Amino acid sequence: MLRIDCPCCGVRDHSEFRYGGDATVERPAHDNPDLDAWYRYVYVRANPKGLHREYWQHVLGCRQWLVVERDTVTHSIHSVSFSRRQRA
Amino acid sequence: MSRYSVFSLLRHAATGNRGWQRAWRAASPKASYDVVIIGGGGHGLATAFYLAENHGIRNVAVLEKGYIGGGNVGRNTTVIRSNYLLDGNTQFYEFSMKLWEGMSAALNFNVMFSQRGQLVTAHSADQLDTFSHRANVMRSNGIDAEILDRDAVRKLVPYLDFSDTARFPIHGAIFQGRAGTARHDAVAWGYARAASGHGVDIIEGCEVTDFVRQGDRIVGVETTRGRIGAGRVGLAVAGHTSVLAQKAGLELPIESHLLQAFVTEPVKPLVDHVVAYGADHFYLSQSDKGGLVFGGNLDGYNSYSQRGNTGVLREVCEAAIALMPNISRLRLLRHWGGIMDMTPDASPIISLTPVDGLYLSGGWCYGGFKATPASGWCFAEMLATGETPALVRGYGLGRFRSGHMIDEAGAGPFAWLQ
Ligand SMILES: Cc1cc2nc3c(=O)[nH]c(=O)nc-3n(C[C@H](O)[C@H](O)[C@H](O)COP(=O)(O)OP(=O)(O)OC[C@H]3O[C@@H](n4cnc5c(N)ncnc54)[C@H](O)[C@@H]3O)c2cc1C
Ligand SMILES: [Zn+2]
Repeated sequence: MLRIDCPCCGVRDHSEFRYGGDATVERPAHDNPDLDAWYRYVYVRANPKGLHREYWQHVLGCRQWLVVERDTVTHSIHSVSFSRRQRA
Repeated sequence: MSRYSVFSLLRHAATGNRGWQRAWRAASPKASYDVVIIGGGGHGLATAFYLAENHGIRNVAVLEKGYIGGGNVGRNTTVIRSNYLLDGNTQFYEFSMKLWEGMSAALNFNVMFSQRGQLVTAHSADQLDTFSHRANVMRSNGIDAEILDRDAVRKLVPYLDFSDTARFPIHGAIFQGRAGTARHDAVAWGYARAASGHGVDIIEGCEVTDFVRQGDRIVGVETTRGRIGAGRVGLAVAGHTSVLAQKAGLELPIESHLLQAFVTEPVKPLVDHVVAYGADHFYLSQSDKGGLVFGGNLDGYNSYSQRGNTGVLREVCEAAIALMPNISRLRLLRHWGGIMDMTPDASPIISLTPVDGLYLSGGWCYGGFKATPASGWCFAEMLATGETPALVRGYGLGRFRSGHMIDEAGAGPFAWLQ
């Protein structure tokens, strides 16, 4: 069981959260006609063996979307922050 | 390599079983090969065997970082079936089933393929309708399929929960009689032995760490046992596809996820078939040793750890008891995990790649074990000819750009939902 330290609610079991996948993907601008950019946004994923930046939503808590930096081999969590702060 | 037979068994029994040869040669790497296959799992070994057997290409090496059978080929729950709905999958998995049916004879190795039949329970009229659709597609492709009503299911598997208090009452089931299980390690050992007998070098304890390029072309690999040249390189590393593809400059629509398996203490023969629970992602079968073997969902987040989380353990046990209340007192003996590739449509990738000289067999998730012979057959043809065999045209990397996904689960482009 992973334990995620929600900046809102404190440390909780990961079963309270919904996984949201790779947080490094960039959504192309709405009017971007570049098909490759859309392909990459929908399908291509960073899949590192090591530190991974990923989304989790605290669905059974504050319902905030978070960005978690987690090691995919050891499961140690390096940082947790609100995802909205990450976006300009 | 001496052949296994009744006579060899008797001869060795009479001489104290001291004369058995090792099943495959322990090879050391040569300077170069026509084809180098990375990954000594079922898929890599099958590919090597069919390269030699079907195409006469014997100057082949299989490079395995650990030992043969240590990956998913030896970690899975051994279910083999060809009850697929979507074009591409239907034909491919049935081709695989036919190869399973002849495998022990073809390899001269008993892989203990047991066609005990598999049923998937339906829990509503609607679900049984979708199963009927699938059964019709299967039958029109020449694949055996039956639709069973509640009474017929009860007759076949009376030990499921048919009580008034069942959480999800059983409405019927889809049944494939030719489905079953095989001894998973034996599949790896059988292919390794047969490939080795054809001259293929199986090199264990040899991790590929990088690729060797000449201009844009890949011409070999760097390994923990030195540089090895290659005319063509085939990648078949199960959950580690992204890690190696990245070294070749390839970004892929793949995530690595953990899948767990569970086995109970052994009990007397109880479950004759493979039973899958249509109300949840759960299935079980009984091993020859008597343990009930369970499988369920992915852990659901990227992982390379080969250690499972307890949330899935609980879900699997809940499903087990909902389906079969009479096993609630059984003790779980062991559970373990394997790292699998998940693609956005949960179908595999057997494909040429944009990198010259590099060929890819990856994206194997829940159903990759049953694909082993067909995958090896087709990947060998791809490596031998440089062309895409008709049977795997649907499994190309290009499908995600063109929108021709084979999304059997209907779960969309999010690997952790598949
Ligand atoms: C718990 C579980 C249950 C499953 N149940 C079923 C089932 O019931 N039915 C079914 O059809 N499928 C099932 N599967 C899926 C199936 O096991 C896999 O999809 C399939 O076995 C993968 O192919 P493989 O056998 O070649 O993989 P593996 O046996 O994992 O082979 C890949 C090999 O590549 C090696 N490797 C990795 N990196 C390198 C490197 N850098 N250099 C050299 N070697 C490397 C690994 O050590 C490994 O041995 C299950 C999987 C799991 C984990
Ligand atoms: Zn919270």
